[in-house]
Amino acid sequence: MIAIIDYGVGNLFSLCSSLERIGADAVVTSHPDVIEQAEKLILPGVGAFADAAKKLQASGLDVLVKEQASQGKEIMGICLGMQLLFEKSYEFGEHIGLGLLKGSVIPMEGTIPAELKIPHIGWNALKFTKESKLLRYIKEGDCVYFVHSFYVDPSAGSVIATAEYGKDVTAAVQQGNVMGCQFHPEKSGEVGLSILRAFCESEETV
Amino acid sequence: MITKRIIPCLDIKNGRVVKGTNFQGLADVSSPIELAKFYSDNGADELVFYDITASSEGRQLFTDVLRQVASQIFIPLTVGGGINTVEDFDRVLKCGADKVSVNSGAIRNPQLIYDAAQKYGSQCVVLSVDVKRVDGSFRVFAKGGREDTGMEAISWIKKGVALGAGEVVVNSIDTDGVKQGFDTPMLKAVCDAVNVPVIASGGAGSVQHFTDLFHAIPTIDAALAASVFHFGQIRIPDLKQELRNNDIIVRL
Repeated sequence: MIAIIDYGVGNLFSLCSSLERIGADAVVTSHPDVIEQAEKLILPGVGAFADAAKKLQASGLDVLVKEQASQGKEIMGICLGMQLLFEKSYEFGEHIGLGLLKGSVIPMEGTIPAELKIPHIGWNALKFTKESKLLRYIKEGDCVYFVHSFYVDPSAGSVIATAEYGKDVTAAVQQGNVMGCQFHPEKSGEVGLSILRAFCESEETV
Repeated sequence: MITKRIIPCLDIKNGRVVKGTNFQGLADVSSPIELAKFYSDNGADELVFYDITASSEGRQLFTDVLRQVASQIFIPLTVGGGINTVEDFDRVLKCGADKVSVNSGAIRNPQLIYDAAQKYGSQCVVLSVDVKRVDGSFRVFAKGGREDTGMEAISWIKKGVALGAGEVVVNSIDTDGVKQGFDTPMLKAVCDAVNVPVIASGGAGSVQHFTDLFHAIPTIDAALAASVFHFGQIRIPDLKQELRNNDIIVRL
């Protein structure tokens, strides 16, 4: 069973539908017992980093998620959920994340060419920088759907894919059992479903 | 590079697609689910569902349809029509919409843009504007293009973006339905005025019109059309191939 961690951030309708489509057994939960029993975890999220980090702390789920990840349980963050896996974010101030991955979240404003629109909204092609289980069913150049104004500093060691938006912007990360996508796999058609499938499959079937 | 988006728009009345036509392999062309699937499988980058029903029964049917579409189609869905309050946002977002477009509701109450953006984020709020030339200036029309609001379009769009709209759909009443091409002078004026994605609407009649649009305005993000797609005049895979042949970056 895959636990989608519900800490009051964002709309989980599409994520649940897409997991159902690929035949994954997923539940939306904020219950610690369910999260502990789950085979894998998904950390979703949209909105502001500080607000989401605060909600995660207030629910006590931050400690649990860190504990579960350090025990080796696979976890995937999506969009803001991926950013939360990192040490800190410079979105409107400086805020502490879960610190499961090394690196920080930086604004597009001032770091990409000024003529480009912010947010980065739309379908963009992936460039692979490392091999990863998450990318095994898709190919370089496949497009996925992005909506974001902040991004993980691409110098982070965990980066596995980037997208070009004036510069190489971090699109996906993985380090051991901790992984994430900046884009929305649940909104990225067949390519997105393939990424979710790659995450959800049990290791035995790989 | 970010790709230029092609967006079919489906008008829904009492839970059925209006203006559906005979696509090969589609048993029921007025089924929003079948049509949405068809477009999604054929390269549409996003879908817009426009609720043109006025009754509460029709509205209920619309949300039922939306829920079914959203549970089967995994590309971004935008919903418009009859959005007047933050509760209306809530109603369609819960059924799987990703973005909500406001038009007359925001003209009556511009605060709606701000309130919705605060609650759901700017990425969720699309400002849709019907524009027509009146006495040499671009004027905003309300109520499906029937009522002249007297407002100047560029300043209204700038205001909407300042209030929190994350994208703008600009429909030219002057070119809509004429099929002589998009209203590039007007759309260029909008693109020059705001720094959020702009989606062109109104006037598509041929593949060449899309190529012309993206060449004339490199900063425009997407093109929306209805009848040329619904009546099978333009197939989206052919359109996108032709755009790519003309050095316009698209998702194939």
